[in-house]
Amino acid sequence: MARPRRLRKIVAPPRFKGYRPHGHQGLTGKPVELLYEEYEALKLADYDGLDHQAASQLMGVSRPTFARIYQSVRKKLALALVEARPLVAVYGNAWMDKSWFVCNSCKARYSVPEGVDGSCCALCGSSSVALIEP
Amino acid sequence: MKTVITAAGNNVSAAFDKRFGRAAWFCVYDHANGALAFEKNDFADAQGGAGTKVSELMVEWGVGKVISGDFGPKAKDLLDRFKVQMVVVEEDATVETLLERIKKQ
Repeated sequence: MARPRRLRKIVAPPRFKGYRPHGHQGLTGKPVELLYEEYEALKLADYDGLDHQAASQLMGVSRPTFARIYQSVRKKLALALVEARPLVAVYGNAWMDKSWFVCNSCKARYSVPEGVDGSCCALCGSSSVALIEP
Repeated sequence: MKTVITAAGNNVSAAFDKRFGRAAWFCVYDHANGALAFEKNDFADAQGGAGTKVSELMVEWGVGKVISGDFGPKAKDLLDRFKVQMVVVEEDATVETLLERIKKQ
């Protein structure tokens, strides 16, 4: 069994649920899933202009791992642009300083303290959860 | 790890108590050995500061997860600081149904 992924620290989730191509004729393809940690990597490296070493420390992962996340987001954005596919923001392997989630299956809300995996519901274990906007 | 469910009575068929600091009983479930215990809440009728005192009690017991209906601002702050996970459930349920859900994980 592969080693479980270390959770990546996120300062704030993206402020959008997704992006859709505009003025595009015909079928739009399958949406590209942009993970929260990928969005954060793009923001730290390209928007905030940090180098990979500093950005990786902020996210609590090693520099090579940060580089892999960054590479993956570049690939996905290029794919979405070139193939005119919509983007959707998906909660990936992230944790936030003070985050609360709601479970879509049992409607329970739960907090995720440091060191706890928040990607499954704390009550019923369902993986269909959403972040509650602060 | 231990999980606490706030309860109105001292058995599994009792209703789930939606108050945290002033819940009548606490159902303590130990994930390591499956042990179940009911502890009476001595602060249920306290004049004030019930949420704070109960939060301290949770930390003392080494509880990792608390399931209740609502947490006051002081209790929330304390539990946050001690990295205790809070689960808010708004439906009417018995302790038994909630226990079954957490055992399934």
